[in-house]
Amino acid sequence: MLDAYFDFIRIRFLTMLAYRLNYYTGILIYSLNIGVNYFTWKAIYGEGESLGGFTASQMTTYVAVSWMARAFYFNNLDREISTDIRDGSIAIQFIRPYNYVLAKMMQGLGEGMFRFMLFMIPGMAIAMLLFPVKLPSDPAAWAGFLVMLFFSFLINSQINVITGLLAFFVENNEGLMRMKRVIVDLFSGLIIPISLFPGWLSGILKVLPFQAITYLPGSVFTGRVKGVGIWNVLGIQIFWFAVLLIPLFFLYRAARQRLFVQGG
Amino acid sequence: MRYHLGLLSEYLKNYMKTRLTYRADFWVEVISDLLFQATNLIFIFVIFMHTNSLAGWSQNEVVFVYGFFMVPYGVFSCFVNMWNFSDRYIVKGEMDRILTRPAHNLFQIFLENVDPPSLVGSLIGLLIMGVSGYNLGLPFEWWTIPAIIVLTLSATAIYTGIYTTLTSLSFYSDAPTGIIPLMYNIQTYGRYPVTIYNRAIQVLLTWILPFAFVGVYPAALFLGREEMTRMALLTPVMGAIFLGIGLFTWSRGVRRYKGAGS
Repeated sequence: MLDAYFDFIRIRFLTMLAYRLNYYTGILIYSLNIGVNYFTWKAIYGEGESLGGFTASQMTTYVAVSWMARAFYFNNLDREISTDIRDGSIAIQFIRPYNYVLAKMMQGLGEGMFRFMLFMIPGMAIAMLLFPVKLPSDPAAWAGFLVMLFFSFLINSQINVITGLLAFFVENNEGLMRMKRVIVDLFSGLIIPISLFPGWLSGILKVLPFQAITYLPGSVFTGRVKGVGIWNVLGIQIFWFAVLLIPLFFLYRAARQRLFVQGG
Repeated sequence: MRYHLGLLSEYLKNYMKTRLTYRADFWVEVISDLLFQATNLIFIFVIFMHTNSLAGWSQNEVVFVYGFFMVPYGVFSCFVNMWNFSDRYIVKGEMDRILTRPAHNLFQIFLENVDPPSLVGSLIGLLIMGVSGYNLGLPFEWWTIPAIIVLTLSATAIYTGIYTTLTSLSFYSDAPTGIIPLMYNIQTYGRYPVTIYNRAIQVLLTWILPFAFVGVYPAALFLGREEMTRMALLTPVMGAIFLGIGLFTWSRGVRRYKGAGS
């Protein structure tokens, strides 16, 4: 049984490999994104030393690390699920002897592993050549970062699966998916580190799961957050991973009972 | 011309009918559009909580540029939407249907994808220009409104040119091109004062992917920023050039279309 799930990872990895050409332009665009963010922050800092607890050089590293982490954890599971629902192929997948959601997560992992090796690592190398990115030298920080990155992937994918399954209830969830993408990019701290938001807003964001995707791992990795250590962040990530399983479980159960196929 | 306008209104009517089937989604789309725009505004506001000027531009000026940026972007997304072109028209072979009809093929594709909710963004953009322009005490000249119209049309032409060129690539390559979604990332950078970037990015945003001409340059005209006035006046020229390139590569590409064989 476990073999079957392992195959989902492997097959998705190989499928992605077939379309790897797209990813070379992707690396270029991500570098450009990092570049533009870098110059914007440089202009914001001006002569200033530190903003929201970030020095200018920590901010550079934060921007690069956050974008590259996104290169790993990003996937389109929400779109895949809602397409399965709309063209009706989900009915077949429901009666197959595996758990649909788990299979999707495995496919996402296969995609993530592809992105990690052919997108994130070369992209990071290019970003380090172009911009003054300072990575930690402590192997423990690296090991911790990889584990946190894995949890970023899990939490982001859970949110994606939840958004995708909602297509059962709203029929056309195009707008919902776009809204989710905007919210995740903004509230996860990818565009603006959460400590720079006004107090009331960062207070709200601290009790939402999104910060566990980008902000917390990025902060620890750049050595900015002194008080919140690796273990603390891991604790928060595990907490959200567990909490998000609850809506996932109920949505999945409700979806199986509600299934109706719109054509196809 | 009357023929084309007639087609446009027919398609809009059709659009309303399909849209009323998914009524809730219509509003979700408008809201998610606005939310997307709001993130960029939030970014500007958060930045200016920590600094007084961005390379010599004040908060109201940057917000004004963003307001202008939203206007042509809304017009573009309403009338020129090629997001799924490759999937829908080439992979599924719908291009065959388009080519057998009398109206111009590119025009038909634009029509089939009209997206009126996007225009809400343009209205909000005008509102933002109004508010920040008032805060700045900008003069309202006789040429203000004609200039907004001309610059909006020019900027829309630049968008159309760039995206038509990129979409034409799908006639040459079989693999779905991932370039277009990524381009949507880059275009937003044209709204910041381009002078903050290093030389390479400035050249890129001015001459190669001229997204600075859909935001900061034309807006500088209204802001009375003399260092960019020349660039602002160049906007219609850039619009004509890039639209020309787009139409040219498109017509070359269409000739290569052979059908998907499904």
